[in-house]
Amino acid sequence: MSLLRRRKPLESEKASVPEKPSVSDTSKKPDAKPDIKDEKKKHSKGRWSCIDGCCWFIGCICCIWWFLLFLFNAMPASFPQYVTEAITGPLPDPPGVKLQKEGLTAKHPVVFVPGIVTGGLELWEGHPCADGLFRKRLWGGTFGEVYKRPLCWVEHMSLDNETGLDPPGIRVRPVPGLVAADYFAPGYFVWAVLIANLARIGYEEKTMYMAAYDWRLSFQNTEVRDQTLSRIKSNIELMVSTNGGKKVVVIPHSMGVLYFLHFMKWVEAPAPMGGGGGSDWCAKHIKAVMNIGAPFLGVPKAVTGLFSAEAKDVAVARAIAPGVLDSELFGLQTLQHVMRMTRTWDSTMSMIPKGGETIWGDIDWAPEQGYDCSNKKQKGNETQAGGTINVDSLDDKSYGVHYGRIISFGKDIAEAHSSKIERKDFKEAVKDNNLGHSNVSCGDVWTEYQEMTWDSVKAVADYKVYTAGSLLDLLHFVAPKMMQRGDAHFSYGIADNLDDPKYENYKYWSNPLETKLPNAPEMEIYSMYGVGIPTERSYVYKLSPLADTCFIPFRIDTSAEGGDTGSCLKGGVHSVNGDETVPVLSAGFMCARGWRGKTRFNPAGISTYIREYDHAPPANLLEGRGTQSGAHVDIMGNFALIEDIIRVAAGATGEDIGGDQVHSDIFKWSESIKLKL
Amino acid sequence: MAPVLRKLLYVEAVINYKKSSFLSEKEKEKKVVWDGDKKKDDERLRLVVKRRKDWRCVDWCCWLIGYICTAWWLLLFLYNTLPSHYLQLPVEPPGLKLKKEGLRELHPVVFVPGIVTGGLELWEGRPCAHGLFRKRVWGGSFTEIFKRPLCWLEHMSLDNETGLDPPGIRVRPVPGLVAADYFGPGYFVWAVLIENLAHIGYEGKNMHMTSYDWRLSFQNTEVRDQSLSRLKSKIELMVRTNGHKVVVVPHSMGVLYFLHFIKWVEAPTPMGGGGGPHWCHNHIKAVMNIGPAFLGVPKALSGIFSAEAKDIAFARAMAPYVLDSDILGLQTLGHIMRVSRTWDSIMSLLPKGGETIWGDLDWSPEEGYCCNSLKDCSKAYVNQQSGSGNSSNGKLDATRNEKVHYGRIISFGKLSSQLPSSILERPDSKVVLFGLNSPTGRNSSCGGEVWTEYHEMSKESIRAVAEGKAYTSGNIVDLLRFVAPRLMRRADSQFSHGIADDLDHPTYNHYRYWSNPLETKLPNAPEMEMYCLYGVGIPTERSYVYKDSPSDKCSIPFKIDSGASGGGGCLKGGVYLVDGDESVPVLSAGFMCAKGWRGKNRFNPEGMPTHVREYRHLPPTNLLEGRGMQSGAHVDIMGNVALIEDIMRVAAGATGRDIGGDRIYSQILQFSERINLPL
Repeated sequence: MSLLRRRKPLESEKASVPEKPSVSDTSKKPDAKPDIKDEKKKHSKGRWSCIDGCCWFIGCICCIWWFLLFLFNAMPASFPQYVTEAITGPLPDPPGVKLQKEGLTAKHPVVFVPGIVTGGLELWEGHPCADGLFRKRLWGGTFGEVYKRPLCWVEHMSLDNETGLDPPGIRVRPVPGLVAADYFAPGYFVWAVLIANLARIGYEEKTMYMAAYDWRLSFQNTEVRDQTLSRIKSNIELMVSTNGGKKVVVIPHSMGVLYFLHFMKWVEAPAPMGGGGGSDWCAKHIKAVMNIGAPFLGVPKAVTGLFSAEAKDVAVARAIAPGVLDSELFGLQTLQHVMRMTRTWDSTMSMIPKGGETIWGDIDWAPEQGYDCSNKKQKGNETQAGGTINVDSLDDKSYGVHYGRIISFGKDIAEAHSSKIERKDFKEAVKDNNLGHSNVSCGDVWTEYQEMTWDSVKAVADYKVYTAGSLLDLLHFVAPKMMQRGDAHFSYGIADNLDDPKYENYKYWSNPLETKLPNAPEMEIYSMYGVGIPTERSYVYKLSPLADTCFIPFRIDTSAEGGDTGSCLKGGVHSVNGDETVPVLSAGFMCARGWRGKTRFNPAGISTYIREYDHAPPANLLEGRGTQSGAHVDIMGNFALIEDIIRVAAGATGEDIGGDQVHSDIFKWSESIKLKL
Repeated sequence: MAPVLRKLLYVEAVINYKKSSFLSEKEKEKKVVWDGDKKKDDERLRLVVKRRKDWRCVDWCCWLIGYICTAWWLLLFLYNTLPSHYLQLPVEPPGLKLKKEGLRELHPVVFVPGIVTGGLELWEGRPCAHGLFRKRVWGGSFTEIFKRPLCWLEHMSLDNETGLDPPGIRVRPVPGLVAADYFGPGYFVWAVLIENLAHIGYEGKNMHMTSYDWRLSFQNTEVRDQSLSRLKSKIELMVRTNGHKVVVVPHSMGVLYFLHFIKWVEAPTPMGGGGGPHWCHNHIKAVMNIGPAFLGVPKALSGIFSAEAKDIAFARAMAPYVLDSDILGLQTLGHIMRVSRTWDSIMSLLPKGGETIWGDLDWSPEEGYCCNSLKDCSKAYVNQQSGSGNSSNGKLDATRNEKVHYGRIISFGKLSSQLPSSILERPDSKVVLFGLNSPTGRNSSCGGEVWTEYHEMSKESIRAVAEGKAYTSGNIVDLLRFVAPRLMRRADSQFSHGIADDLDHPTYNHYRYWSNPLETKLPNAPEMEMYCLYGVGIPTERSYVYKDSPSDKCSIPFKIDSGASGGGGCLKGGVYLVDGDESVPVLSAGFMCAKGWRGKNRFNPEGMPTHVREYRHLPPTNLLEGRGMQSGAHVDIMGNVALIEDIMRVAAGATGRDIGGDRIYSQILQFSERINLPL
């Protein structure tokens, strides 16, 4: 840029100099004026060279900038609010202020459990390339290092491919305290708004605790490496004892929901594998678990993230560094780098859809079928008509969205009737697969695709359709090493007999369909999530045009579009109602049906509540990310949600705040799932 | 870029304008209009020339600023592209050295920061502090002092009666290692130690920074924030998850805080932590006190008395601008005094042990200490040793004879600090002070908000204070009770500064005695080790020469007489100096480890081993070293390579004997011997 600045003025100067004589010629009358001009000309030539001009220009800009900066700093902090109120009329009080006026004060200590990617990570030990980054944030904050030394950054963010723990010589650890996840990046709040509002009614550091954990690790490994679960247990016990025995209100968000499920099982389990808290620990220490944007049953976008590194929000890596994606330095391998890195993160596997075809639907059926994506008013009509739909009408194009086919190769396959799809079992290709090691030519970047032959890639595509059940086989096939780790830490099935001793293993603890809720009848479980935003549910894939396994061989077919405006298919993605990341089904099913009343998953009959928040985009620019948003992360600034949380933290029960609050068809969809309860 | 530039370069723009207008005229061939237009152009041109001349200065300024900015950016860019090890010292940090020796992390480490070094953040404030929610009001860049000084002072103050939060204000300690790793940007406190420990494998899970509100009295940190409970829970968690006892590293006032903690944790529950008598034995391997202010520091006294402490109440040192500013006028010191007098913790640093420890009018343990350079001192010392009768050198003799009365911690006038007590005319201070114990309010004349307790004193009482001439640590507390009754009322309920005759007496179960090593017993933990690690070789404030403040308005009526010097080099700017680490005299830092707790005695019934480790101060040899790698100064010692190595060895499992036992440069053993304390 600085070069540019210097060169261009030079040209313009040159261009203007020859023109000057013509100006003086035209005056024709040789009196004093030309002299002045000549003098001036010489002068300007002598004094105002290009560099001087540049410097003058920069100086001007700097002065103006400083002046503005000074004005900005001198401005009273309430000025923007004053202007806003002058334009739009008085703003509503933030919920904290409103409830403070109602007389609410801090009562139950609050525990935050952040989700994936929102927690900061800092460097404690690194390779020489990361010199000077000791105790600096590698994840969260400004992400300056992504641009400065991208390869070094990727190296340090990756975990060991075999153990899923630290690679040798690298220690990256979660940032502790509220600062871990109050802001993800400068100005991009996550928990900060909630914290500020809670502080209004008297909360402070001693009554708020951020359960920061390394979100890259599998849940049990956070305990193995950092003793994070022990820390959370100890902190909750401390907060209960120092606050006069008042139980805590836990607020997990996103993947933190699964982490906390794992925690509740861990804390009850006996000591070597668990925390040894005994079966009544939860009853003694937890008043309520208020899950925000809970992916209880997983999210489909986790699959695409693992399959082709194309998830949009879960692995934010891509979104935050669009420049890196297209940069020449990385070339086309950026996606591979991202894939290689994210595949070492065991935690992403916790969000693979759980419950198989029973929950997510099979080739012909899905609980959400009949959902109309066009707009809300029509949706209401559909809901009424919903009762009359029968399976025979599936051929009808208007009900053509087969959500159960989470991955289909080609748009036609996604829409065709199941009888018309010819599928070839890809597992036959496994034998050949072991032989073909083609990674010699691929250079540095290593993904497991490089160990596959093109034939096996084609075999995958030839299977055409993958449901939630066969997805796991697919992942086992394309990423055997990753899934080997995954199988040791997570499970995705449905338990037939919850008392089977095998379910005492920690790999089942984060799956709500393979665990029982704790024996704490007074505890409450909330599922709070946004609705009204189209959310990824199933995908149309195609083979990558480059027939080379050095690159990721599969891609979302972004050209696949649904015909009319009301179509659910956009850019190769079938969407359904949700909060932009988690479909309603995953967020709401457990509280709407799986745990409702006394079921085998909820033997103590813990009361459950569903609180849905209808998404409304921000009304004006000053609102920032909106006070009524329902989006997965932005919902943390939703005033209604914050009010609910504050009321519960100040002592209210689920009934007090109004019980269920439902906008979507979650109850109808839950009914259609045939799960033994 | 180019069009923008052309517009901005005014001359060119006009030339272009002229050219285009000329061409258009030519096409039309209308001479009259052409003439008129030309005239207009000429006028315009002249105007421009004139304007340019006027502008020259502004232009030149812009040009200069632009030049500087560009050069600055260029340098900044170069600096950033420079590999970061380019500017590194050739010296290997102790962490790497010990890593090569094969040391690994073993015992979890707990840091206890001292006064003023811990950050404080705002959780609830008055409207004037809008926008500062969860921002640091103490530590960090201190920008708010300059932006809204009065608001800042208001939020840093505590309630004058309770010593807790004023209504509507909640300022809380910053948690975590960030609380005190750096005090200001680039001013390390714990950061160097943390980094070195990280080299041998330490990380967040086995290092804990005790964050407590250092303004509160120690017991109040538990009452308001449950800080002691938190510390107990954290230590228990670390011991449980690591399987090894912790090594505690307190610094400065943190030493007293941790003494308080040790007693608290053993005491039964309503007042204490209910950990039982074996808690320390089960959880603590060693306490490595850095720059410990065990017996208090004299500068705490001058801080309370006249807000003139130099390092303890950093407020003054870091904000010299505020001191001289017109906005606050002469009342700045008054403001600081008002604020710092609401901080109960400062009272924990008052000298303890009275005249037995700190000396009386004629005697002090440090007497005979030579303040000149080392050479002169050894000469004088030799002279003293080799029979004082036949000293040939009169000058040296004079130096020796000019005995410094360190025991007179505050004296009014240089003379009264030097005269032998027999000549010193001095009314009995108790009679003087308590005779006038009904201070008549005179605060009516002092407008404004500044309020110090001096405003409630009459001129007579102030004169009476000055007539007291010399105060020792025995009656200094009485003096403070006289000049600051409210402050001392709070202090007396939270701290005690005496010596216990009978440690088993039930009065000593009260928490106000817990931070005084002379009124408590060490815990029942024979394997635990106590270290005293401190710097020596820096002149340290020990006693003061005061004078009446000339301006008898609403300002503070006493001032250190900065004109007083001499005293064989020991008196400089009204302050008598002695060996120490710039804040804590050797006596206070070393006495307990050197004598008070040595062996099995009544203060240390289990006979836990104590070690004195002194670090001789060496100023940084070059600029790159920053604050020095061999510094002995109170805070800078945290970057001392030898100290860090000692701490790391102990943390990795070594005992005091392994690292070499005592290491003494000062005369602490002689000083301690002279103190007549029943053990």
